[in-house]
Amino acid sequence: MTYSKMLYLWSENPGLSIFIWAITAVAILYAARRQAHELILSVGRLVHKSMRLAARSFILAEKRLSARNKEVLLAAGEESAERIIEREFQRINSTVARDLSGYPTLQLELRGQIKMIDNDYSASADVPPDPPGWTKAVEAVANIPASGDTMVANLLGVINKSVNKQHSEAMDDYRKANGQRHSLLKKMLPYWRKMSNTLDEVDKTMAGLLERSKVIDSKMEEYSQIRKGTDKAIRTLSSSSLTQFFVAGFVVLIAMGGAVINFNLIALPMSEMVGGGSYVGPFKMSNIAAMVIILVEVAMGLFLLESLRITKLFPVIGALDDRMRTKMIWITFSILFILASIESSLAFMRDIIAADMQALRQSLSGSEVAAGASGNWIPTAGQMVMGFILPFALAFVAIPLESFVHSSRTVLGLVLVGILRGFSFLLRFVGNIAKSTGGILLKVYDLLVFAPLWIEHMITKNKPEKENQAILKNKSNANNIEGGKVA
Amino acid sequence: MKKFYKRNLKLILTIIFTLVPIGCTDTTSHSKGVYLLMDTSGTYTKEIKKAQAIINYLLGTLQPGDTLAVARVDSASFSEKDIIAKGTFDSRPSVANEQKRKFRQKVDDFAKKVKGSAYTDISGGMLQAVEYLNEAGSGKKYIFIFSDLKEEIKKGHIRDFPIQLQGYSVVALNVTKLRTDQVDPREYLDRLAMWEKKVTDGGGKWKVVNDLERLEGILGG
Repeated sequence: MTYSKMLYLWSENPGLSIFIWAITAVAILYAARRQAHELILSVGRLVHKSMRLAARSFILAEKRLSARNKEVLLAAGEESAERIIEREFQRINSTVARDLSGYPTLQLELRGQIKMIDNDYSASADVPPDPPGWTKAVEAVANIPASGDTMVANLLGVINKSVNKQHSEAMDDYRKANGQRHSLLKKMLPYWRKMSNTLDEVDKTMAGLLERSKVIDSKMEEYSQIRKGTDKAIRTLSSSSLTQFFVAGFVVLIAMGGAVINFNLIALPMSEMVGGGSYVGPFKMSNIAAMVIILVEVAMGLFLLESLRITKLFPVIGALDDRMRTKMIWITFSILFILASIESSLAFMRDIIAADMQALRQSLSGSEVAAGASGNWIPTAGQMVMGFILPFALAFVAIPLESFVHSSRTVLGLVLVGILRGFSFLLRFVGNIAKSTGGILLKVYDLLVFAPLWIEHMITKNKPEKENQAILKNKSNANNIEGGKVA
Repeated sequence: MKKFYKRNLKLILTIIFTLVPIGCTDTTSHSKGVYLLMDTSGTYTKEIKKAQAIINYLLGTLQPGDTLAVARVDSASFSEKDIIAKGTFDSRPSVANEQKRKFRQKVDDFAKKVKGSAYTDISGGMLQAVEYLNEAGSGKKYIFIFSDLKEEIKKGHIRDFPIQLQGYSVVALNVTKLRTDQVDPREYLDRLAMWEKKVTDGGGKWKVVNDLERLEGILGG
């Protein structure tokens, strides 16, 4: 039955037919009102509960993930703090081994210097000259009264001369002794200076040790906070992790740019080695070979830095004994060096091939082949240097890569937590919307059947009043009968 | 970390063992094969310079591993004798460049001593091209016809049969208008339509390039 036939089922007049249809529909809706209400409410409740349940499971998953993130973050922070503290202790150890191990020697040296100074000081002490033994005789002679005796005068004159001579000799000796003392004191000066320098050095070492101990103190504080899992520690670690993620990601992007340049340097000459016409899948064999060389260089760089214990991506390498590690350092470095040399020669070859191709194209196009300019060696040399340097530069990508890998665990965890939280909110929102929609649908339903509802309301409203009035009437009649009997 | 490896080991191995065979078993040839038929009949010999320019363009565009052959269209073109120069370029760029120089020399030598032929057996040339390129095993195959497309076959030669051209792109280059075409252009259009039908019936793709400035991208499709 078509729509138009259905429309004109009751009457040829469309308005009348639609009216009859509406009346019928309202009647059906009114008849099924209770069941429809129950159905709408049930569906609303079902959707609401399901959504709440799903949201709850998402919240639980989010909580589990948050806990796991916290564990990862704390473990990473703990490891990092341990590493820093370990390094600080190593530095202190090396300082102590370097400077304080020489302290017995230093002590001996200082003692020797002090002894020398002491000796010199003792030697430079000012000893007053002994008074001459004949002073009293001179005094006795001097007390002889001057009687004008020439013999006495002569004797006194001789004595005076002798005394003067003796005096000048004594003065000379005294001056000499003083000079010697001064020279001894002068000799002491370098010893004093040396001792002062030695003590300064000791002071510096001690100050350095004090500074290191302060750093260790602060790191130990951080470490204990991390061990306790305090909120402050988690906030600090999260923010540091995010910063590391973006910085390391940026550096990795730069390294990728370097790898692309490197690739372009060696892809063309690689076709001279492995052929330019063979393919693996949709990729040229020469391109794959060039990419493999670059990836091997990166891998060697990773192993080299791992062996040097700069990075800790491969615990197996870090756990090797020192002899084996040293061997590994030399092996990886040699391979890296060989690959860098190969790249350099490939870059040279690239220049030759490119020049040959250019010459061929020019001859094919009919234009004259340009003569080589005098400075043509500059780009060639530049390419060769780049070909040699880039592998070593790429080797250092291991450092940001390690940071990126470690921080990405935290960042990915945070992103997943955010997604789960978002889903949970969305589900709860949909559940609430479903519940509210159920309520709205009930009202809309009642609005559609408002006419029969109104009639029903009117009937049920009047019915109790009439019933009440009848009851009251009956009661009063009964009272009247009883009153008549009493009277 | 160990747990991660243990959990995902199966997945990683599955990916490796799926991708590696896919990569290794891809035997699709990525090389191009071009066969250029040069009309040397009558007045068309004057157009030889243009043909040389096209060959030079092809030599500059084709990559190591690609195949190029240049043959003349004369009275009976279904023959190896009509091939002026042919070869698959070496996979090493330096060797390929040397081959291209020699190829060009051969074409230049031919251009100096070219003589006009009485008949134009384009169909025979196409048959020869199909045979040659199928043997070369090129991935993408092109037949370039440098001609006015006016076929004149010797009496007794049979060429009115379909040619299998599946996987081939046939490009008519520099299709000049004949004097009779000036009188009745329908002749020219009919000629083009006839060749298009012949090529598409054989399963090939048909294209006409009269402006030689638009050679770029001719090997793209």
